[in-house]
Amino acid sequence: MTDPERTRRESEGLGVDLAGTVAATHQIAGKPSLTREPIFQLKDVSVRYDAKLAVDDVGIDMFRNHITALIGPSGCGKSTLIRCLNRMNDLIPSASVDGHIIYHGQDLYGQEVDPVEVRKRIGMVFQKPNPFPKSIYDNIAFGPRILGMKGDMDEIVERALRGAALWDEVKDRLGDNAFGMSGGQQQRLCIARCMAVEPDVILMDEPCSALDPISTGKIEDLMMELKENYSIVIVTHNMQQAARVSDMTAFLIVELDAAEKNRWGRVIEYDETEKIFTNPSDQRTEDYVTGKVG
Amino acid sequence: MSPPPPASADAATVRVPGAQFVTDGATRLKEIGFAALLLTLLGIALLTLLVLMIDVIVEGASSITPEFFTETPSRIDPESSGIAPAIWGTVWLMIVCAAFIIPVGVASAIYLEEYASRENWFARFVEVNIQNLAAVPSIVYGVLGLAFLVRGPLSLGNVVLAGGLTLGLLVLPVVIVAGREAIRAVPPSIREGSMALGATKWQTIWKQVLPASIPGIATGVILALSRAIGETAPLIVVGATAFATSTSTALLQEFSALPIQIFGWTADPQEAFKALAAGAIIVLMVILLGMNAIAIWLRNRYEQKW
Repeated sequence: MTDPERTRRESEGLGVDLAGTVAATHQIAGKPSLTREPIFQLKDVSVRYDAKLAVDDVGIDMFRNHITALIGPSGCGKSTLIRCLNRMNDLIPSASVDGHIIYHGQDLYGQEVDPVEVRKRIGMVFQKPNPFPKSIYDNIAFGPRILGMKGDMDEIVERALRGAALWDEVKDRLGDNAFGMSGGQQQRLCIARCMAVEPDVILMDEPCSALDPISTGKIEDLMMELKENYSIVIVTHNMQQAARVSDMTAFLIVELDAAEKNRWGRVIEYDETEKIFTNPSDQRTEDYVTGKVG
Repeated sequence: MSPPPPASADAATVRVPGAQFVTDGATRLKEIGFAALLLTLLGIALLTLLVLMIDVIVEGASSITPEFFTETPSRIDPESSGIAPAIWGTVWLMIVCAAFIIPVGVASAIYLEEYASRENWFARFVEVNIQNLAAVPSIVYGVLGLAFLVRGPLSLGNVVLAGGLTLGLLVLPVVIVAGREAIRAVPPSIREGSMALGATKWQTIWKQVLPASIPGIATGVILALSRAIGETAPLIVVGATAFATSTSTALLQEFSALPIQIFGWTADPQEAFKALAAGAIIVLMVILLGMNAIAIWLRNRYEQKW
């Protein structure tokens, strides 16, 4: 199966079957009656910066309590795509998104949807750790405070830090400025900060690209724990990382027009991670995951 | 590795190992000469300032007595003259000025940095004009204050409020420019991090961007005030008086100010008043240096390294 169009139709087919439903059972080849609840259903999602196409026509489903990885070469639009899922692209004036992203039966790009409300439920961790220039405690407490969350703030902070496996390292210096932490700690603080507002989904945009292998290992362990309670979507350029942690993987490629002037990204294969890495349907996926290109 | 051009024909033929690393005397002399020239020019600038300061201190030191700070100025008797009304006038001017420039300047900076789009013609128009305003001679602001605040639409009279607002208009561009720089220095990743938690744009600005830029804004405000504190021309135009007899304590009273007092005394033919003027210059200079020191300290102590 090397026909990319066929792969694409198949992956889109998943979404078509599910239109309008919140929960459904998917029949995945080789794994009969595996119950999965889709959390995001992307339909014909294209992203443009001004008139320039960046991501073309994505139609895939992402599932609850799964880690979904987006992989692909530089410039394939994986970061652009993940930033659609909590409407962070709205912050870029030139960006426009077509198509539908159905989240719990509601189109995130519907007319009446407030992006601020979307981001309360769908958190995000960024490529470079971006702690606020405040104390460790205030970094965590910021979200719950602005959202007016009820409850004991000390407890909320402790729970979030424990959740991000950071509590033991920082419990004696909660008042210290977060800028004094190591890069790995800062990134776990950002994950804890995200968890403190109790989102449904955590989006991670290359969360380990600025970290050393030990810190990366800690974050990966953390992701495995987090998927018990959260759904995670991760962008990574590290294929081993995708293979280690994710349940489903989408592979994006860079397309060029005839004049080779414009380039944009497209999902050419989306399947279970195991299949993507051991028996991909598309030759280009195989070339990429085996390191022949990329 | 190509050796430097030989100093003479001899040097080219007789190759001593290591000799190629030796610069000839003329080149080295030129280097030293240039550095010395720069140092001299710097020295002229510093020396002028130093001579001025020493001259003022020598002339004015004897005037600085406790009574100097508590007495009111006199036209006739230098012995019993002081700068109390001028000091209080300056304090009041600075309070009015700060109360005006902080909210207006910070709000303008926030709008221009966070809300106005770069392509917006209005924003660009405002931006260019802020640069222009900073270059307008201060006397023009004085005329503006006279026409619109002292007389004209507001008709406040020649009072502290009118003087402070005039100085505020004069230094507002400084605050806006400093505020914008401070806000721009907060990296976009902080805004993204805040928005990703579900904060609104306003919450992000108010709780993240502004607190992070306060040191920069405060530095800008202090530098603006230290410019305003020495301004004389606009105050003369709006009608500050050099011989106030009471320490003005209300916004709607006539007022004096340190530079006005200095100006009034230096114009007096009596030598004794010149010493008083020098004394007042010392006081103004100490205040100014103090304010600048605070600005530098603020910047070094609280500036965020991203």
